[in-house]
Amino acid sequence: MYRIVSKEQFSPEVFSMEIEAPMIARERKAGQFVIIQKGGDFNERVPLTIADADEEKGTITIVFQRVGASTYLLAEMNVGDYIENVLGPLGSPTHIENFGRVVCVGGGIGVAPLFPIAQALKNAGNDVKIIIGARTKDLIIEEAKMRTIDPDLTIITDDGSYGLKGVVTEPLKALLEKGDVDQVVAIGPGIMMKFCTKTAAEFNTPIIVSLNTIMIDGTGMCGGCRVSVGGETKFVCVDGPEFDGHLVDWDNMLMRQRTYKDQEAEANHRCRLEGAGR
Amino acid sequence: MKSADVLEREAQAALGMIHDGMSAKERAAIPHQDMPQQDPKVRITNMSEVALGYTEDEAVVEANRCLQCKTKPCVNGCPVGIDIPAFIHEITKKDYKAALSVIQESSLLPSICGRVCPQENQCQKFCTVGKMLKDVDQAVGIGRLERFVADHESDSASLPEIAPATGKRVAVVGSGPASIACAADVRRAGHDVTIFEALHKMGGVLSYGIPEFRLPKRLVDKELSKLSDMGIKLEKNVLVGRTRTIKELMEEDGFDAVFIGTGAGLPKFMNIPGENLGSVFSANEYLTRSNLMKAYDQEHSMTPFFHSRRVAVFGGGNVAMDAARTALRLGAETVDIIYRRTRSEMPARKEEIEHAVEEGCNLRLLSQPVEILGDEKGNVRAVVIRKCELGEPDASGRRSPVEIPGSDYTVEYDTVIVSIGNASNPLIKKTTPEIETNRRGNFIVDEETCRTSMEGVYAGGDIVLGAATVILAMGQGRKAARAINEYLAEKK
Ligand SMILES: Cc1cc2nc3c(=O)[nH]c(=O)nc-3n(C[C@H](O)[C@H](O)[C@H](O)COP(=O)(O)OP(=O)(O)OC[C@H]3O[C@@H](n4cnc5c(N)ncnc54)[C@H](O)[C@@H]3O)c2cc1C
Ligand code: FES
Repeated sequence: MYRIVSKEQFSPEVFSMEIEAPMIARERKAGQFVIIQKGGDFNERVPLTIADADEEKGTITIVFQRVGASTYLLAEMNVGDYIENVLGPLGSPTHIENFGRVVCVGGGIGVAPLFPIAQALKNAGNDVKIIIGARTKDLIIEEAKMRTIDPDLTIITDDGSYGLKGVVTEPLKALLEKGDVDQVVAIGPGIMMKFCTKTAAEFNTPIIVSLNTIMIDGTGMCGGCRVSVGGETKFVCVDGPEFDGHLVDWDNMLMRQRTYKDQEAEANHRCRLEGAGR
Repeated sequence: MKSADVLEREAQAALGMIHDGMSAKERAAIPHQDMPQQDPKVRITNMSEVALGYTEDEAVVEANRCLQCKTKPCVNGCPVGIDIPAFIHEITKKDYKAALSVIQESSLLPSICGRVCPQENQCQKFCTVGKMLKDVDQAVGIGRLERFVADHESDSASLPEIAPATGKRVAVVGSGPASIACAADVRRAGHDVTIFEALHKMGGVLSYGIPEFRLPKRLVDKELSKLSDMGIKLEKNVLVGRTRTIKELMEEDGFDAVFIGTGAGLPKFMNIPGENLGSVFSANEYLTRSNLMKAYDQEHSMTPFFHSRRVAVFGGGNVAMDAARTALRLGAETVDIIYRRTRSEMPARKEEIEHAVEEGCNLRLLSQPVEILGDEKGNVRAVVIRKCELGEPDASGRRSPVEIPGSDYTVEYDTVIVSIGNASNPLIKKTTPEIETNRRGNFIVDEETCRTSMEGVYAGGDIVLGAATVILAMGQGRKAARAINEYLAEKK
């Protein structure tokens, strides 16, 4: 059992939770994730990136957006409640080295898992520039934490309610145009990572992305998370979640993400109607 | 198919044939007892067990068909060497408790093995009655009798005696049949045992793979609760290799020995075009969604499953049959099982193939899928299939399929379930270079002791054998336990 020790609501739909999980806190490295199952027979297994960890306290932090029925239920839980199942750390850690000048792009709640990576890159001696974007002001998270790494970071929203108006590829392109970018890291919605990859490709710049495919076990047993990378089938939960963006078959990955979309919309609807009473 | 009532009446009539001092010929003339089962039309609308098990009368009649051969050929066919004639003899005396004790000398999981063992290739293959009647299907129903005994005595089984605490600690990785057997036998010797399982539910394939309609989960849960009653600690959500490594378990966490029973949990794909389309699933994914995540119960489950109309299952093993029959129960209109050899080469248990066909699955034999075509949403639209013929026998002794050029044709489907086997999960191998593995990634162990190349580390089940069977996994778990107990007795 894993106790929730603190909970914060970043915005109407975005939550952060600190959970007691000493073994995971000790072993985890930047870029790894956990799978959470609330408990009982019927709850889904939900993959969530580890946004932060405190080895001394034995806690990990997750950040999630209320998008489907399961994240809705998770958001209903409070400090002192126990989550029955937290498995991790899963996936391969980010490959950290001194690339030189790195641009880190975070979209939506992708900013949360980007933080430990940006921090590790900074500690490895990189010059780190940060771009964070979201649909609207409410969905911009972790700004203060990110500023500790790049005080001059760029903020951009689709509707212009905060920072610049537009999408993250615009400031990314501007930085790439200036030359001197050795590596891009992008974490966010699939479609955002796809276009960041396109932008980086125009400048022949390497890009690391973190894929958020459908998952069940997270141990390499089901293959539900598979995606075509460089012409080979890879399991995101074991071989990833990070890959060379230029090798990812983005259309395949986005298509696979939509497999259950109609049904999930229905479940979410049903769940809200019932007041999430499970 | 005869109804349960008819079968019971026939059994009662057959009881009248039985008397003391019957000759072999007379015994073989007792009609073989069919096991009652749910009507196929009804059972595809539910998840309950298909086979209902013998009644007492049916069991006693079937037990009387056994000739009590002095040479016990059936025992040679049993991977764990159960004294089959002895337990069957106890059934003829209606002493089911005694029958169970005979089985339990060799097998720890009779209620499970009685249901899932491929008996027609093991004990029943060697049965003299089957040989006399020149039909393995007429052999004594040993599996059904085993199941009857286990079910009949399910509440009477007492916990095994546990030796005084030794202070030694053993970690068991994975919770499938190999691990269950190993943990129980090691614990009996008085050692402290902890099972580490990655998933949120224990039981391995018994829980996430084999469906409820074939192996009710209450039976698996019962075996698992026996383990906790014996004082074995069950820790879920521990992925060894990530949460802890084998080395850390031994050097930092103080375990004196480790048993690895992590199974063959890496789904193989065919590497044909279209295999990464949205509605293409590995059988593991499809079955895990339904069994472990309970997606079949859409009233309650939060995990979605893909609503299919026309399903193609690639493969011919137990896993393929389970996936096909699950798809029917989840509402598919047609389910085709596409297999490149013929029905007699299918590796699945005979009964599973029969059940699948009875339920309405179509066998598309001598057929090899070569491409999966997608629709505009990225889901399956059709499969291109190439016809095959049987050529020369291959290494497995089965005649190998040869594709017929120019024979391709296309069939419309909206879902594909790939079920062509499992390889071993590479995680522990990658994080424990000390353990030697073969080309296929299976752990290399000493045949007698199941010892790996790493001191104090033992392995068994599918991680060693490749995708095999429950009984072989259990057998290896017990072998390893014996060796671990000896190792710990010597270790200071
Ligand atoms: C759908 C299906 C149907 C089958 N039908 C039959 C049948 O009818 N008859 C028959 O005899 N056999 C059948 N089999 C095969 C049989 O189930 C297996 O041979 C048997 O379960 C193997 O047992 P095991 O203990 O080696 O491993 P498994 O049962 O595979 O259990 C391994 C466990 O280890 C866990 N694990 C893996 N890696 C780690 C790790 N790193 N850390 C912690 N835990 C880990 C897994 O999550 C899993 O729970 C079937 C298999 C499948 C998939
Ligand atoms: S989530 Fe099942 S294999 Fe990756």
